[in-house]
Amino acid sequence: MNALTDKQIKDLEVKANAIRLSIIEMLLEARSGHSAGPLGMADIFTYLYFVALKHDPKNPDWPERDRLVLSNGHICPVLYAAMAHTGYFPLEELKTLRKLGTRLQGHPHREYLPMLETSSGPLGAGLSQAVGMAIADIMDNGIDTKRTIYALMSDAEQAAGNTYEAALLAGKLKLRNLIAIIDRNNIQIDGFTEDVIPLEPLADKWRARNWHVIEIDGHNFADIHEAVNRAKAVFEKPSVIIAHTIPGKGVGYMERDFKWHGVPPGIQDMPGEPPKAEQGKIALDELRSLGGRISGYHND
Amino acid sequence: MINASVKLNPKLFSAQSGPASGWDDDVEQVPIRKGFGEGLVIAGEQNENVVGLCADLTESTQMHLFKNKFPERFVEIGVAEQNLAGVASGMAAMGKIPFISSYAMFSPGRNWEQIRTTICYNDRPVKIAGSHAGISVGPDGGTHQAIEDIAITRVMPRMVALSPCDAIEAKKATIAAAKTNTPVYIRLAREKTPVITTEETPFEIGKAQIFWDSSLGDRTAKCEAGVIATGALLYKALLAAKQLEKEGIRVKVMNLSTVKPLDEKAILNLARETGAIVTVEEHQISGGMGSAVTECLAVNYPVPQEFVGVRDQFGQSGTQEELVEHYGMGESHIKEAVKKVISRKS
Repeated sequence: MNALTDKQIKDLEVKANAIRLSIIEMLLEARSGHSAGPLGMADIFTYLYFVALKHDPKNPDWPERDRLVLSNGHICPVLYAAMAHTGYFPLEELKTLRKLGTRLQGHPHREYLPMLETSSGPLGAGLSQAVGMAIADIMDNGIDTKRTIYALMSDAEQAAGNTYEAALLAGKLKLRNLIAIIDRNNIQIDGFTEDVIPLEPLADKWRARNWHVIEIDGHNFADIHEAVNRAKAVFEKPSVIIAHTIPGKGVGYMERDFKWHGVPPGIQDMPGEPPKAEQGKIALDELRSLGGRISGYHND
Repeated sequence: MINASVKLNPKLFSAQSGPASGWDDDVEQVPIRKGFGEGLVIAGEQNENVVGLCADLTESTQMHLFKNKFPERFVEIGVAEQNLAGVASGMAAMGKIPFISSYAMFSPGRNWEQIRTTICYNDRPVKIAGSHAGISVGPDGGTHQAIEDIAITRVMPRMVALSPCDAIEAKKATIAAAKTNTPVYIRLAREKTPVITTEETPFEIGKAQIFWDSSLGDRTAKCEAGVIATGALLYKALLAAKQLEKEGIRVKVMNLSTVKPLDEKAILNLARETGAIVTVEEHQISGGMGSAVTECLAVNYPVPQEFVGVRDQFGQSGTQEELVEHYGMGESHIKEAVKKVISRKS
């Protein structure tokens, strides 16, 4: 594996910023939906769609493609934005999010958008489906299959029994073609995860289920790149990447604030937050200004 | 009399009239679940994409026959029915035709939402075999007696719900299910029950058949009620029809082994011919096969209807025979329901 060059990292950061802007624009248009999770996962999605995934946006049914299962369907604004920015459908369509007749349902539904690998929303069910895909892949192509199945989960759904069930089976079957990525952003609807239902020691729990565990900064492309490649290199186990992310990343007033889990900007006044009339503009301005500064952090 | 055109078991009834309760002693009896196990092996031989997944009940659900024949196409999931459904969905996404088996109480009971979202909503052709359905599971008691499964499966868009009447029909249903591209629920039972059909009896998903017709051979005679039965209780309905005929009451008995999609044409024909319907099922009356029949009749051709089934109760321990009688689903209850529905005709 080659490390990402500084130029590659800069390009990815620019793309991730564009995806974040799309997320805010979609939410402002939809006037409902989730803010914090999609912003927090923008870097991971950017990396997966632009670097890691073996896929063809113009031929989404390509049989040899990797599979990406999004378990926590509520962060779908980032999924849709990443798909649009890689050419699955026009960017303009993002503005139809959550509207009657849209392909971009409030939670992903492959009946409306067949290029999705799964429909999702109810938490805890995604890993099972990814495990099933990985089992079928090994049945057909052997243990040295070239395909990777990615399962993206939230941290809150680590409390779901279904997630535990799937993790045990993957560990038993040593599904080396399976990489799970947990969005460890520490928030959920009712508060901080460790207050709602403590998940720690999370890494130890996954190790005990016979998984290879990698912990990373989920906003550092060099980290993400190294982790995914290391996970692919582990032959005897499935791998889980615990990605520490900042919910709301990129929009100052949303960062690390669980109030923004399920609320879009511009809908309600909240104590300690900018007034609702200004929330959207502030978010877009901050992201644009961040985008403008990216070049300054890099050599070329 | 028996409808000869559907080629039922020629030894369906013993020489002497059957006992007041219980199966006829002379009739061959085989558990319905065994037909599933045999059918799955045939489906597996016919299509290499057929795979089997089980949640720690492999022999009990008769999936061991498939496992022994195709060990590389079998996945042991353990006591994890939610995962059972989700993993099957994922395998179906990769082109497999997964059959999942457990007790009906746990699948589609415990994992209902996973079946809804990852299988039906997701449009994945997973086949769900729910064994030990109905109250006649017997001594294990109410926790293991699924009497809500028809309701919770037929309510889901895209789901096909099958409730075969015997082991031979279960075998045919399993083979047919593997050839469809939809989710399918197959309701199975634990205890031995009479073999009603033969290999020659026609079976098609979505088609109901008349097994008993007291007007046959007498063109002037008209049947006074139609009895629609599903599952093993169909045999009770046939015994009841035989006794009613001796009493001068003519009925038709329909085998409704596909609860969804409903054979509306056949049901409406029966309602128009007889003007009264009795439904018989080993299931809660709420939401079950009888309710499905009502939904059809109410908007198309309303006639008086009586329901034989469990009335808003949980089961308990007992023998199969004791429980069927205790919860009001025996021959005498079917006869009473027929007489009552006829009396309600205006």
